[in-house]
Amino acid sequence: MPTIRVQSEDFDVGAELARLTAGKTNVGGLGCFVGLVRDMAANEKIAAMTLEHYPGMTERAIEKIVAEACARWPLDDVTVIHRYGRLEPGARIVLVATTSSHREACLASVHFLIDWLKTKAPFWKLEDTASGAKWVAAREEDDKAAERWKAG
Amino acid sequence: MQLLYFGWVKQRIGIDKETVALPAHVTDVRGLIGWLNARGPKYQDALKNLGSLRVAVNQELTDLDAKLRDGDEVALFPPMTGG
Repeated sequence: MPTIRVQSEDFDVGAELARLTAGKTNVGGLGCFVGLVRDMAANEKIAAMTLEHYPGMTERAIEKIVAEACARWPLDDVTVIHRYGRLEPGARIVLVATTSSHREACLASVHFLIDWLKTKAPFWKLEDTASGAKWVAAREEDDKAAERWKAG
Repeated sequence: MQLLYFGWVKQRIGIDKETVALPAHVTDVRGLIGWLNARGPKYQDALKNLGSLRVAVNQELTDLDAKLRDGDEVALFPPMTGG
């Protein structure tokens, strides 16, 4: 049963990963990505980043893409946690973790999920810089990264 | 109809949501944006670049040609930047 959480609080990576495999002996691999707030953006130092989201749609959209990942790869379990609110450099933003019998399925599905979250989940980042607050623009590289997972 | 705005769309319009009664001639998202534009310069500023607008109807990502019905929840926002 996938775990999907959209929350302002931090999460404990170790505890989340331990929970994915607790009491299981069929899992051969666990793939994981943790996204963090960087202190630099476009050559400018950032003091903080505020993530806004669309409550309701965010959870539904993540549920859909997790279901898609489960249809594409033989996954045992999935956890996606995405934070919102004001986060300072070094803070964890997102956790994507999947488990499977084999490494290929978990590594590929984690990559798929994070590429998708970057461009299709309704989150918007506002950076707090010395020259004022700036909305982060979508990056073409991120769109391309998500495109490559298109079916067919 | 409930309208929601996020990111710089919200910032430029100056509110995060509003309830509107759509005139009968507005039947799709493109028509809605045209109708909103007539409400003033803040809307025009927020909605001028259709290429950088994204839209969700009833919390599903869709496009400018999506049909609208009374009671829909329509959200207008910039390209998403999650992850």
